[in-house]
Amino acid sequence: MSDPAVSQARAPRRRLLLVAVLLVPLALVSLLVGAGPLPLGTLLSDPQALQVLAVSRIPRTAAVLLTGAAMAVAGVIMQLLVRNRFVEPGTTGTSEAAMLGLLAVTLLAPGAPILVKMLAAAGAALAGTGVFMLLARRIPPHQVLLIPLSGLVYGGLLMACATFIAIEAGLLQYLGVWMSGEFSGILAGRYELLWLAGGLALLAYFAADQFTIAGLGRDVSLNLGLRYGRVLGFGIVTVSLVSSLVIVTVGMLPFIGLVVPNLVSRLMGDNLRESLPVVAAAGAGLLLVCDILGRVLRYPYEIPAGTVFGIFGAAVFLYLLLGRQANG
Amino acid sequence: MIQVSNLSFGPAANPILQGIDAEIPAGRVTALIGPNGAGKSTLLKLIARQLTASSGRIRMDGMDLAQTVPAQLACKMAVVAQHLSVASRVRVRDLIGFGRWPHSAGRLGVADHAAIANAVELFDLGDLQTRFLDELSGGQRQRAFIAMAYVQDTDWLLLDEPLNNLDLHHARNLMAQLRHLTELQGRGIVIVVHDLNYAISWSDHVVALRDGKVAFQGPVAAAATAERLSALYQTPVAITRLGGQPFAQYHR
Ligand SMILES: Nc1ncnc2c1ncn2[C@@H]1O[C@H](COP(=O)(O)OP(=O)(O)OP(=O)(O)O)[C@@H](O)[C@H]1O
Ligand SMILES: [Mg+2]
Repeated sequence: MSDPAVSQARAPRRRLLLVAVLLVPLALVSLLVGAGPLPLGTLLSDPQALQVLAVSRIPRTAAVLLTGAAMAVAGVIMQLLVRNRFVEPGTTGTSEAAMLGLLAVTLLAPGAPILVKMLAAAGAALAGTGVFMLLARRIPPHQVLLIPLSGLVYGGLLMACATFIAIEAGLLQYLGVWMSGEFSGILAGRYELLWLAGGLALLAYFAADQFTIAGLGRDVSLNLGLRYGRVLGFGIVTVSLVSSLVIVTVGMLPFIGLVVPNLVSRLMGDNLRESLPVVAAAGAGLLLVCDILGRVLRYPYEIPAGTVFGIFGAAVFLYLLLGRQANG
Repeated sequence: MIQVSNLSFGPAANPILQGIDAEIPAGRVTALIGPNGAGKSTLLKLIARQLTASSGRIRMDGMDLAQTVPAQLACKMAVVAQHLSVASRVRVRDLIGFGRWPHSAGRLGVADHAAIANAVELFDLGDLQTRFLDELSGGQRQRAFIAMAYVQDTDWLLLDEPLNNLDLHHARNLMAQLRHLTELQGRGIVIVVHDLNYAISWSDHVVALRDGKVAFQGPVAAAATAERLSALYQTPVAITRLGGQPFAQYHR
């Protein structure tokens, strides 16, 4: 009787180890692949190669890993709080609202430091996500697809506003940059905000149990003495900050927050204390694969990692949707 | 004792509950009965503070429930809702473990693990403990949630139609466990039931609601008479005795 319980307790650690072990060779490949070749043999003796490594390749790899992990964590938090498998910051108006905030600060204070821009984006994202949560509360929870659909419509509306403002103000090219997440411009000194996103994802881990309980619903949370409103607030703030940090530094990366948690949940469920590290590692790894593919597929040109992930993500998303219907 | 005084809920023009005065004794099993829509679940949610009354007061063992904080209340009462909608994939054993949250805040000790193992045994969940909630049948899921409430180890246990999805064996087993809890540990238990035979043969006390008001209440033997039950459900109910137990006959 205790056998399955014991093996269950060990399985998550094994899965985490597996994903983590896969990350190491991926990161090595990421360090070596790029516009200019970095031959392993001469690497340590060639100061110029070391320079490329320190200024470009290591920051880029770190940026991809941090972004992938943080976005996947933001996605799973969103899914538990909305109690819907098909939401993520890209389908709840969070990213679009962040862009509106960025647009506003670019218009009003073009010279503002990046931290101020990020905070403006985060404030707008927070407001946008809050409105979505109020909206989602009015939709009966058994209407599983209605919630992400309303989110898409809502996000589309915000995007339309942003596009209109951008056209009027002649800032359309900014919008284009924010909308397509890619890492080719990442250099040392231009990505460090992402460590903050990684830190937030780590912070979320300390509230893993609270998020898991909140995912069981308001009534169960209240019954267990959880301050449901606070957990909700903490989650929304985390998700808004992470999304804004990512948009400000690399641009929008849809689907990571959707696909990765769904894949992990299929295998190991939603007990975040077990699954959150795996979600983060898998998000980091998948995004890194997409970024490497983007670098080599049309070498020496680059395909944005967001685009590669979008194709992969859309396919997995469709599979999840159809698979759900087949299961009833 | 849970003391409900002059409790109302819902819009004043069309209240769902109206001027409820009820006393639910501590250390007893109390059946909350009444027709569909009478307001049983609403009353239970008000006691659980999932809803806020428009007027009136609820005291639990002398504490005014409006003055308590959630964490304090979670050590005092456990609630299982009528509709258990589950959107996330949590394993049965993990769910039961969350029942210890009010006491352990996530750090399960030896005693906590013992309590969880005990609940798994009592509610016959041994084969299901590593399964995900969203892959269980309705009755299995209900047993898992009841087990979670059980390990919460509270003075009060509030169950909304716990027998709803259970088969004969598990329904009877649950009632026996609840009796056990009151008799050996002095817990106060409130259950919403529709099956009159379960109500009259397993509970000590009854509170009957109809149209948002108390129809009658009191010790089962005195209060739950054939006439009152017939009027409550607008259905002829006869009470006979079968093998020494009261038996309600209403099937035909
Ligand atoms: N969310 C709601 N909004 C509006 N009215 C509601 C809501 N929930 C319940 N009601 C109404 O409140 C009344 C009491 O409902 P309640 O769920 O308490 O009944 P109940 O006695 O538990 O019934 P049942 O035996 O069917 O579970 C009903 O008339 C119901 O229609
Ligand atoms: Mg009910």
